[in-house]
Amino acid sequence: MITAERKSMEELINCVSPYRRLLLVGCNECVTVCSAGGRKEVALLSSALQLHFMKEGKPFEIKEITLERQCDPEYVEELVAHIDSADAVLSMACGCGVQEIARRFKEKPVMPAVNTKFMGASERQGVWAERCAGCGDCVLGLTGGVCPIARCSKQLMNGPCGGSTKGKCEVDPEIDCAWQLIWDRLKALGMTEKYEENMPAKDWRTGRGAGPRKIVREDLA
Amino acid sequence: MMKTDSTLEKILASGQLAVTSECGPPRGALPEKVKEKAEMLRGCVDAVNVTDNQTAMVRMSSLAACILIKQMGLNPLLQMVTRDRNRLAMQSEVLGAYSHGIDNMLCLSGDHPHFGDHPGAAAVHDIDSVQAVEMVKKMRDEGLFQGGQKIDGPPKMFIGAAANPFADPFELRVARLAKKVKAGVDFIQTQCIYNVDKFEKWMQGIVDRGLHEKVYILAGITPMKSVGMAKYMKNKVPGMDVPDELIKRIGGVPKENQAEEGIKMCLETIERLKTVKGVAGFHIMAIEWEHRVREIVERAGLLPRPTF
Repeated sequence: MITAERKSMEELINCVSPYRRLLLVGCNECVTVCSAGGRKEVALLSSALQLHFMKEGKPFEIKEITLERQCDPEYVEELVAHIDSADAVLSMACGCGVQEIARRFKEKPVMPAVNTKFMGASERQGVWAERCAGCGDCVLGLTGGVCPIARCSKQLMNGPCGGSTKGKCEVDPEIDCAWQLIWDRLKALGMTEKYEENMPAKDWRTGRGAGPRKIVREDLA
Repeated sequence: MMKTDSTLEKILASGQLAVTSECGPPRGALPEKVKEKAEMLRGCVDAVNVTDNQTAMVRMSSLAACILIKQMGLNPLLQMVTRDRNRLAMQSEVLGAYSHGIDNMLCLSGDHPHFGDHPGAAAVHDIDSVQAVEMVKKMRDEGLFQGGQKIDGPPKMFIGAAANPFADPFELRVARLAKKVKAGVDFIQTQCIYNVDKFEKWMQGIVDRGLHEKVYILAGITPMKSVGMAKYMKNKVPGMDVPDELIKRIGGVPKENQAEEGIKMCLETIERLKTVKGVAGFHIMAIEWEHRVREIVERAGLLPRPTF
């Protein structure tokens, strides 16, 4: 999933304070799963903002709505009924959702309420970790199912570097050394000979190297 | 057959133990600082490694300092990290270096920006150190850029890389070296060796696979100046293996004698490593202690240096 974290109250208050009527929009997809911008977080943020402006004695109206999927024009269309009664939109979706609203409602200011972080997985309750860098040319089949690009701090394709210590990365003992994980997996799979096949320099055009990417499926388009 | 005109290659090919050392460029634009340090190494080493923004701190560029050292009639060795440059910048730097007669280089991934004075910098890592070796070899042997186009006047670099036998997992450290050999590396300079037993075990693995016949291995030596430095190396430097008895030994002599004890310890290490099969020379990294390198090389019986 795409993970996100809500911005600080201070930053949010600062960015919404020029407006009197706010439309607060959550998303029922990834940000709901990572507890950053689903229905529940929308309600919490809404209360906190109302409380703040009430204390300040400032007139402030907020309307809450959580869309099924904010990155999908079909669902964003549901905002048509509410957009005119708002001065601005505060989106709790990932950056894709924020941009979809901005694209659809050109005259309306849209602000992000969360910082979009990474594509990751849940490690345990309340902990998410980066897993995929979206390089567009997946090598997981060669690396025992552990991504060196997303998970090695130096994105080494032929690691580990000399800083791997007791399975941890030199950058932070909280980070697992991706190449230790890769090696352990290759051993478990009886595929250690794969390790000595040098991986060639990556063609980053499949990633961000060739500018913003697009998928066009002729069979669906 | 020689691959380059590098003096370092000639010395290694002759079977004599090679000696290299390093010169860290200054944190400013003063050429005298480079010259002062490099001058201390004249006549006692075969090549002077010039570090490349080591510990991720901004310094005078390795290439610029290499040129200054070359102009002094010494033999510089260009270190290049993949952290700060993409493949275009790296290749143009290799061309520039060779155009100034610099014909040794070391391909490294580099310390993470996290450790330096610009922790917010983006690390490039377009390619890694193994791929960098491959790229420079292709430039030299095939006369082609990494992208496949022909080079008008290919650079004939003697290509080095680093190895840390003490990092984890130990069991794949020989295989990691094998990857660099496969990529076409000519020589290796190792991480500082304090745990000689472990180093010997690694070398045995190298020799068992015959890798020592394909690559020259220069053993990394860093003299300890004090017990404080020994403890710092043990606890703060990632991938460093400093046995406790070593700390006990240097800590067991009075403060004013610790530097001499450190040098004695490094000389003992050199003596022992001379007998280890596959060791082709020594890389003496005397950090901010360049003025003691001559003495170490001399007392290790490695003077005078051969000339070609």
